[in-house]
Amino acid sequence: MAITTVPETPRKPGRPPSPYSARPQRTSLGRKVRDNLTGHTFLIGAVLCFVVFSWYPMIRGIMMSFQRTRRGETTWVGWDNYSRIIADPSFWTAWQNTFYFTVLALVLGYAVPFFVAIMLNEFRHAKGYLRILVYLPVMLPPASALFLFKFYAYDPSEAGLFNAILKALHLPTSQWMQSPEMTMPAMVVASTWMNMGGAVLIYLASLQNIPGELYEAAELDGAGIWRRIRHVTIPQTRLILALLAMLQIVATMQLFIEPLILANGAGAEDSATSVAYLIYQHGFFQNDLNGAAALGVIMLVVLAGFSAVYVRLTAKQD
Amino acid sequence: MAQDSGTRTLISHAQLSRGRGRVIYWTLLAVVVAGFTLVFLGPLYWMVTGALKSGQEIAQTPPTLFPKDPQPQNYIDAWNNLALAKLLFNTFYYAVGAVLFQLVFDSAAAYSLSKLRPMFGNVILALMLGTLMIPAMVLIVPQYVTVLDLPILHINLLDSPFAIWLPMVANAFNIFLLKRFFDSIPEELMAAALMDGATPLRTLWSIILPLSRPILGVVSIFAVTAVWKDFLWPKLVMPSPETRTVSVGIYTFAGGTPMNVVIAASVIAAIPTVIIFLIFQRNIMSGLTAGSLKG
Repeated sequence: MAITTVPETPRKPGRPPSPYSARPQRTSLGRKVRDNLTGHTFLIGAVLCFVVFSWYPMIRGIMMSFQRTRRGETTWVGWDNYSRIIADPSFWTAWQNTFYFTVLALVLGYAVPFFVAIMLNEFRHAKGYLRILVYLPVMLPPASALFLFKFYAYDPSEAGLFNAILKALHLPTSQWMQSPEMTMPAMVVASTWMNMGGAVLIYLASLQNIPGELYEAAELDGAGIWRRIRHVTIPQTRLILALLAMLQIVATMQLFIEPLILANGAGAEDSATSVAYLIYQHGFFQNDLNGAAALGVIMLVVLAGFSAVYVRLTAKQD
Repeated sequence: MAQDSGTRTLISHAQLSRGRGRVIYWTLLAVVVAGFTLVFLGPLYWMVTGALKSGQEIAQTPPTLFPKDPQPQNYIDAWNNLALAKLLFNTFYYAVGAVLFQLVFDSAAAYSLSKLRPMFGNVILALMLGTLMIPAMVLIVPQYVTVLDLPILHINLLDSPFAIWLPMVANAFNIFLLKRFFDSIPEELMAAALMDGATPLRTLWSIILPLSRPILGVVSIFAVTAVWKDFLWPKLVMPSPETRTVSVGIYTFAGGTPMNVVIAASVIAAIPTVIIFLIFQRNIMSGLTAGSLKG
């Protein structure tokens, strides 16, 4: 390939010039407009999809939460939808359940993949096989995986897989999804099994970027395995750990398909009702799209609060 | 990605390859391989064989490890009663369309943002990336209402594949992945093409895209699995039995169907994505790690 030299033009700091924007001698206004038009033409398809299916619905959702539509007539009702939604007793149950799920999922679905990744990273054999195994459930359609749990693992009779194991170990069996206390832990187990593969792979990638000398030095200083994890592994993967914590919180707050399939929606004594399930209920069963929109906005605000805390915490450390 | 020999990890290789360390290493490896096989493959085995059992055998305690009297009839019933062929075809059709739409629009956008850099490109990229912060559940209601009556055009997209294809184009993660990859293609190549009088479209087609095959593959696989795994959105926008996806179909039929038939259907629904994964697992894994930040 012939090497062509492009005459130097003053550069904006930090950004290499594009050959299209950095054409020298002919920077007439017409040319510039034309270059920009070309650029925007390539963008238009994606931008339109964002406008219609993302940016506009965002604004529309906020507007809908303050409106009421009856017989094709839309009126502005202020905070009415919000007060109606909050007055509903299942609102608080749903938030309680969702938070409970999020906390359990942080303990199980967040810590476990990290330690699994640390362990897998030490192995020099069967690496590929183990990685495929952990990621396999991620590829199942969630409905398939959840029916598996619902019918086999959480069968409340002794024919269920978990009960059969418990019985073999001479431990008391459980009613699983039929018992309000077990509903959440059972959903978290199913959800962790389904989803942990992604997190494990991302941790593995970031573990492989830790310079070996750090462990070397720590070992020379007499640090045992646990102290090496605490003082080398965790600080070195801090950014990824923080990012995945955030993603995990956002993902678990949207808990929906687990209650829908495992617990037929609300579950025993409303123990499975989640905020996302409530949005679905209001919007698509009670024909209360405005109430559902208001719930969506509340969820957005709560998550924005989490994001703000996250940004603060990570900014402080840098 | 640094790997294998040479790089030292938490525990030094020397420590693992002699004496007590060696024994512990091999024991632990054996335990983990056995444990993982049991935990991740076991349920799948249970699913495939369970669907072969009779209703009576499923309710039996203790559960049997092998079906005593295999009933392939369950799979046949699932295939026929749930019209699985139609459901699978629908899902496949949506997946292929989603791949095409994403490849065309998202790579064009990423190309523009990476190489053409029009005015406000950075603002547009920031607005796109901002949507990654908005959970899908928050948008579900207004998105649904929008699909019922598209702004300006006043078209109802219910039961139309475009209701799945077009929203999937608005995928900031894929645009980000593609842009990062295009960024790594040297500007000199672009400049050379420009000197030869190539139009931007021509440069995209004959220089950028051929060099980007790996990332295009990753994006395609992500699109296929996203369609295969999605549940609530297709449930809402594809309400007719004729347009349903396979996940939604199984869910809808689960109510009045014997459970081993539902499980048989779940197995059949899982086969395509599992096969895709086993074929493309290398690409999937590299795509996952390419998208993550370096910690």
